[in-house]
Amino acid sequence: MNGYLQQLLVGIVVTIELATVSLVIAFGLGLIGAAAKLSSNRWLAMVGSAYTTLIRAVPDLVLMLLLYYSVQNWVNAITDLLGQPQIEIDPFLAGVSVIGFIYGAYFTETIRGAVKSVPRGQLEAAAAFGLNRWQAFSRILFPQMMRFALPGISNNWQVILKATALVSIIGLHEVIYAAQAAIKGSSWPGGAHVLFYLLMAALLYLVLTTVSNFVFAYLEKRYAAGFERMAR
Amino acid sequence: MNKLAVENIHKRYGATQVLKGVSLAARPGEVISILGSSGSGKSTFLRCINLLEQPNQGAIWLDDQEIKLRPGKHGMLRAENQRALQQLRTKVAMVFQSFNLWSHLTALQNIIEAPVHVKKVPKPEAMAKARANLAKVGLSSEVEAKYPSQLSGGQQQRVAIARALTMDPEVMLFDEPTSALDPELVGEVLKAIQALANEGRTMLIVTHEINFARHVSDRVVFLSQGKIEEQGPPEEVLERPRSERLIQFLSGTRWHTAK
Amino acid sequence: MIDLIKQYWQPFLWGSPNHISGLAMTLWLTLASCVIGFALALPLSVARAAGPLWARWPVWLFTFVFRGTPLYIQLLIIYSAIYGLDFVRTTPGLGSFFKDALNCTILAFAVNTCAYTTELLTGAIKSTPRGEVEAARSLGLAGISLYLRIVLPSALRRALPAYSNEVILMLHATSLASTATVPDILKVARDAYADYYLPFPAFGIAAVLYACLSMTFIWLFRKAEQKWLRHLSTT
Repeated sequence: MNGYLQQLLVGIVVTIELATVSLVIAFGLGLIGAAAKLSSNRWLAMVGSAYTTLIRAVPDLVLMLLLYYSVQNWVNAITDLLGQPQIEIDPFLAGVSVIGFIYGAYFTETIRGAVKSVPRGQLEAAAAFGLNRWQAFSRILFPQMMRFALPGISNNWQVILKATALVSIIGLHEVIYAAQAAIKGSSWPGGAHVLFYLLMAALLYLVLTTVSNFVFAYLEKRYAAGFERMAR
Repeated sequence: MNKLAVENIHKRYGATQVLKGVSLAARPGEVISILGSSGSGKSTFLRCINLLEQPNQGAIWLDDQEIKLRPGKHGMLRAENQRALQQLRTKVAMVFQSFNLWSHLTALQNIIEAPVHVKKVPKPEAMAKARANLAKVGLSSEVEAKYPSQLSGGQQQRVAIARALTMDPEVMLFDEPTSALDPELVGEVLKAIQALANEGRTMLIVTHEINFARHVSDRVVFLSQGKIEEQGPPEEVLERPRSERLIQFLSGTRWHTAK
Repeated sequence: MIDLIKQYWQPFLWGSPNHISGLAMTLWLTLASCVIGFALALPLSVARAAGPLWARWPVWLFTFVFRGTPLYIQLLIIYSAIYGLDFVRTTPGLGSFFKDALNCTILAFAVNTCAYTTELLTGAIKSTPRGEVEAARSLGLAGISLYLRIVLPSALRRALPAYSNEVILMLHATSLASTATVPDILKVARDAYADYYLPFPAFGIAAVLYACLSMTFIWLFRKAEQKWLRHLSTT
C-alpha cells in the first residue's frame, strides 16, 4: 500500500510540473495574442480574435484528443515516409503543448483586459519623457498590467491545474493514472480500494488548489502596494 | 536667437481642423502663458511641440536647430527617427494636467526614471539632483519614498514638476497644471512654477489661472478656434483686450479689468 | 472521410429513438445537470449568505471541496468508486441507480455545477445594494418574503453574466461523459476515430458541433442579459 501512495505523490509532482509549464506557455501565448488583438494591424487583430473565439468555444478534452491524435498521425506519416521506426509523442510534451495552447486563448483575454485597465496617462508620460517602446513596455506597462492581471492569472491557474487531470486520458503518468494503477493492483474488502485511492488523489488536488489560493492572495496583496487609493 | 520656435502648426482630427496655422517663438528665459476657451486647441498645440500629437503641417526649431519632420501615416508629421524623437523629448519636458506619475514607483523613482534610463545619467547623480529638485518645489524628504496614491494632488503635481526639472530641459511645457487640483492645493503648485520662472527657465504654460498668468508671464497668448487671436505683454492683453472673443472670454471669468 | 461522415452523421446529431447520442445527448446532459444544479444551489446559496452558522459552514465546505478538485475525479468517484463498493452493489435501489452510466454522469455534473452556482449566487446575494434591502425592511418586508421578492430577483439578475459563463463551461464539461461510455458528441467522435483512424474529421466534427452549441448559448444569454439587465445599463 505504501508503494501505491508513493506513486500518487510522484504523480502529483508530475501534475505540478505539467501545470507550471503549461502556465508559462499559456502566459507567453497570451502576451502575443493580446498584442495581436490590441495592435492597429487589422489582420493581426482578426487572427487574435479567431484564436480566442474558436479555442474557447470547444471543450479542452476535444481539442486535446484532436491535436494529440492528429499530430501523432502526422509524425507517423513522416516516419513512414522516411522509413524510420515510429516515434511516440511524449504525453508530457503533448499535454503541456495542448493545455498551453488552449489556455493561451484565455490568457489573451486576461492580459488584454489588464492592459486596457492601465490608465493612458501612464504611457503618455513614458513617451513624453523619451522612454523608448521597450522601456515603456517593460518598466511602465508590464508592472502595472500585472497588478490588474493577477486575479485572472490566479483563476486561470486553478483551471489549468484541474485541466491537467485530463492528460491521464492520453496516458500521462500523473496522479489519476497512479490512482487507477493502484486500484487495478489492489483488492480491499467491500471494494473500498477504489474509493480510497480516488479520494487520495482528490485530496492531493485539494491541497494544491488551497495552497495556490493562499499564494495568489499573498501576491495580490504585495502587488497592490502603492495602489490602495488613487489620489484625486 | 530663439530658444523655441514653432511655425505654422496645423492639426486636424478627421474632418475637424483644430489648429489652423499657429506660430510661436520663445526667447531664452521667456515665460509664455497660453489662454483660451475649451476647444480652442491650446492643449493640442502644446502636445504638438513634443510630438505627443502629430501635426499635419508645420515646423519646430529648438535652439535654432530644426527638428526634421517626415510625413508618416495619414500624412501626419513625425520625427525623422526614434533617436531624434527621444532627443527632442529629453530637451522639452512636460507637466501634465493629471500629473501622470507612474503609480507603481515611489516619488523618487518617478523622478530618476527618465534621467537614468534615457539620458543615461549615473544613478547616484540622478538621485542627488532629484532630491535637490524636490526641495526646490517645496517638498520635504519624507515624500521621497511615498507612492503617488499616498500623496495629495498638490504634492503629486509638484513631484511631476520635479520629474520634468530633473531632465535639465531646455524648455518646460505645462498643460493646465492646476486644473485637476482642489482649490486649496493650487497655490503650492503655482508657487513652485513661479520659482522656476524666477530662475530664468523657458516655459510655456497653458492655464486657466488668469491672475497667475498676469504675475508670472512675460507674454500672454490668446488662442481661439485654432488661431492666435491676440498676444502681448500681460498688462496689455489682459487689461486692455482688443478682440471681441478675448473680451468675452475674460468677462466670463472672475478676472476684472477695472483695477 | 466521406464514409466516416456518411456512417456517423446521424449518431453525431441525434442517434436513434432508443439510443440517443451526439448533440441531442450533449444537450440533454447539459440541461439536466444545470437545472438540477441550479435548483439545489438556490436554497444552498441563501443558507450560505444569510443562514445560521451551522448551515453556512457545511455549504462552504461543500463548495470548497467540489470547486477545489477536478470534475474528472468527481466523475470517476461517482461512476466507478461508489459502484465499486460492495454495499452499494448489493442494495437494490442504490445498485440499479449507480449501475447506469447516464445517472452517474448527470449526478456528477449536477453536483459540480451546483457547487459553482452556489458560490456565484452567494456572491450576488451578498453584493445586493444595501439601500435596496434597507428600503424593503423599512416597508415591513422580512424573512422569506424579503428574500423571495427583493433579494433573490435582484441577485439572480446580477448573477446572469457569471452564470452564463458557468453554463457554457458545463456544456464543455459534458464531454467528460465520453469517458464513462455515455454516447455524447465526444463519445461518437471517439468511436468514429476507433473505426477509421482519421482524427481530423472525427474530432473536427465534434469541435464544430461544440462550437455551434457554444455560440448559440452565448447568443441566447446575450439576449437574456439585454432583457433582464437593462435596468443596470448606464447609457
